[in-house]
Amino acid sequence: MAIPKKLREFDVVRDDEKCIRCEVCCRMCANDVHSYDAETDKVSADSAKCVGCHFCEDVCPTEALVIKRNKSQIKRNANWKNDALGNIIKQANTGGVVLIGMGNDRPIRDYFGHIVLNASQVTNPSIDPLREPMELKTFIGSKPDRIELVEKKSKIKNTTEIPPQLELETPVLFTAMSFGSISLNACKSLAKAACDFGTYWNTGEGGLHKDLYPYAHRCIVQVASGRFGVDREYLKKGAAIEIKIGQGAKPGIGGHLPGEKVSAEISSTRMIPEGTDALSPAPHHDIYSIEDLRQLIFALKEATDYKKPVGVKIAAVHNVAPIASGIVRAGADFVVIDGIRGGTGAAPQIIRDNVGIPIELAVAAVDQRLREEGIRHRASLIAAGGIKSSGDVVKAVALGADAVYIGTAALVALGCHLCQRCYTGKCNWGIATQDPYLTKRLNPEIGAKRAYNLLRGWSLEIKEMLGGMGINAIESLRGNKEQLRGVGLHEKELELLGIKHAGEAW
Amino acid sequence: MGDKKINKPRRIIIREEYCMGCRLCEVWCIVAHSKSKDIIKAYKGQEPRPVSGIYFEERGAISFTLQCRHCEDAPCLEACLTGAMYRDKKTGMVLHNKDKCVGCWMCIMACPYGVIKPDFKEKKVASKCDLCIEREFPACVEHCPNEAIILVNKKGERIDKE
Repeated sequence: MAIPKKLREFDVVRDDEKCIRCEVCCRMCANDVHSYDAETDKVSADSAKCVGCHFCEDVCPTEALVIKRNKSQIKRNANWKNDALGNIIKQANTGGVVLIGMGNDRPIRDYFGHIVLNASQVTNPSIDPLREPMELKTFIGSKPDRIELVEKKSKIKNTTEIPPQLELETPVLFTAMSFGSISLNACKSLAKAACDFGTYWNTGEGGLHKDLYPYAHRCIVQVASGRFGVDREYLKKGAAIEIKIGQGAKPGIGGHLPGEKVSAEISSTRMIPEGTDALSPAPHHDIYSIEDLRQLIFALKEATDYKKPVGVKIAAVHNVAPIASGIVRAGADFVVIDGIRGGTGAAPQIIRDNVGIPIELAVAAVDQRLREEGIRHRASLIAAGGIKSSGDVVKAVALGADAVYIGTAALVALGCHLCQRCYTGKCNWGIATQDPYLTKRLNPEIGAKRAYNLLRGWSLEIKEMLGGMGINAIESLRGNKEQLRGVGLHEKELELLGIKHAGEAW
Repeated sequence: MGDKKINKPRRIIIREEYCMGCRLCEVWCIVAHSKSKDIIKAYKGQEPRPVSGIYFEERGAISFTLQCRHCEDAPCLEACLTGAMYRDKKTGMVLHNKDKCVGCWMCIMACPYGVIKPDFKEKKVASKCDLCIEREFPACVEHCPNEAIILVNKKGERIDKE
C-alpha cells in the first residue's frame, strides 16, 4: 500500500529575488529543512521537516523567508481536522503515544478573556502610578493567626512570630523548569532576571547546577517524585522548597528525561548515572495521603530549621479545592495550582489536551474554600498555567491568587515561538535542548535582559491597572472580586468564579 | 549607523561560547565593504563582491570568528616591503593601502593569526579587517545576533550600541 506520510504542517516560502545564498538558514536549522545545491546555485527547503519555530525567518539577513501554515488540507470536515488525522497517521506509523511540548492549544474557554476590569470614575479617584507610590510587593508564606503586641514602658512591641516569607517586588515568579527540560543557558537567563528584579525562579526537578549557585538566594528548589538532585545542601541553598505533586500539562503523569539528554552536567546535577533515563514516577511513592504529605512537609522544614517556606504544587483537577484545603492543613506555606493550559517539555498529547481544569475556576474555587474554612491566611496561593499578559496577572490576583507563576511567557521572551517540539531536543532557539551546538545560541546575558524587561513591562502595566481602579497596593486587590465582571459567561460560571456579570453594579 | 570616522582605539573581542556559527558577520562585513552598502546589490548586483575580513573556524559544536588583531608589534608591518601596510596613528589600527600593495604576500606569510586574505585575481592583498573605520560600530559586532562579537575600548570596557 501507499503509506501516508505525516501531514505537512508548514510551507517554507522563499523569495528567490531576496535570497543571497548566504546559507545561514542551511546552517541554523536543526531539522535540516534548508539545503544549498552548488550545481544549480539554489537554496531549497524540505517543508515536511519544518516544525514552525521561525528561527530561520529571524536570522535571514534579507527577510527572504516566510514560514506559512499548511497549504495541504484535507477535505473540509467539522469533525476530522488536520490535527486528528495527523496524529492517527503518526500512530499508524509508529504504534506509539503521541508526544507534545508546551501548553494546551485547544480552544478551551479562556475565562481571563471573558473577564473585564473596573476603573474609577467620578465617585472615587484613580491614581497615577507615575506620580504616586504604588506597591506591588508581595509576601509568599504562611501569615500568623493574629498580631500580638506587648506594651512595655509606653512602648509597643510586636511579639508576633512571623513564619518565613519570600519577598517579591512583583507578584510574578518564574515557574519550575528543570535543567534538562531546558538548557543551562535558559536557566541562567531566568535566574539572573529573577535576582535582578527581585522575584524568584524555580529549579524544577533538575537539581541545582553549580553555575546557578550565585542565584540560589532567589531560587525555589523543587522536590518531586524522582527526588533528583535533592540533598541537604540543595535544600539549604534555596530560598524556599516546593513539593511537586502534579503539573498542569500532565496531571497524574510522571516525567521522563531520555538518557541521551543526560549529559555529564545533568548527571552530576541530578545525581544519576550519565546516559540513564531520568524517570519521575507519577506519584510520590511515600505520599498516599494528606498525612503522608504532612510528613514530607515537616521533614523538609526540619531539614532546613524551619527557616524556609515549604510549598506544594498540584495540578488543577476536579477536586482541587478540598485537596488544597488538605495541603494547607498539612502545613504548607504556599500552594501552587497549575491549570490545564500549563506548559511542559514533554507530555502525551492526549493527557495535555484533555486532563485538568482551567486555572481561573481552580483559583476562585480554592480561594473561596480556604476563606470559608478560615485558613486562607495560613498559606499563599500561586496561580500557574496560561498567564499570557499582565491583565491575566491582575485578574488572577483579583480571583484570589497571591502571585502567579509564568513559564511559557518567560520562554517566549527568550525566543520561543511555541512550535511545541520541546521533546525532540532540537530547539533551534537553544532553550529546550542539551545539544551544545544549539544551547550556545542562547546568550544568558541577552536572555536575562529580555526576561527582566518582561517583568518590568508587566509590573508597569499592573501598576497602571491598579491605579485605574483607585488601588495603590496589590494587597488591596487580592480576592477583590468586585473589581471583576464577566462578559458572555453563564450563571454557573459566574457563580464559580464568584463574580458578577458586566452591567451589574456593586 | 552614521558614517562618522572613528578616531579612538577600539578592539573586537570574540566570545566563542556564544558563537552560534551562523556566519552573519561575514555577510554583513561584505555588505559594509561593498560599493553600494546594500545587501541585495552587494550579493546579486553587478558590482564586484568584496572578500570578507573575517575568518570563521568551526569544528563540531565549537565555532568562532577571527579578525585582524591589530597587534601592538604587528609582524605584517615589518614584513611589508612597500609600506602598504601601515599603522593608523590616531586609532592604533593596522590598515592596508591597496594602491601601494605589490602583492608579494609577505604579510600573509608573517601573520601569526592567518587573518590576511590573498586576492588571486589582482595578485594583491584582498582583505583584512579594518575595524570598520568608516563606521561608528563595526558591521560584524552590530549584526551578531548573539553578541558573540563585542567591541571594547582601550581599557577593555564594553562599548554598547546606544
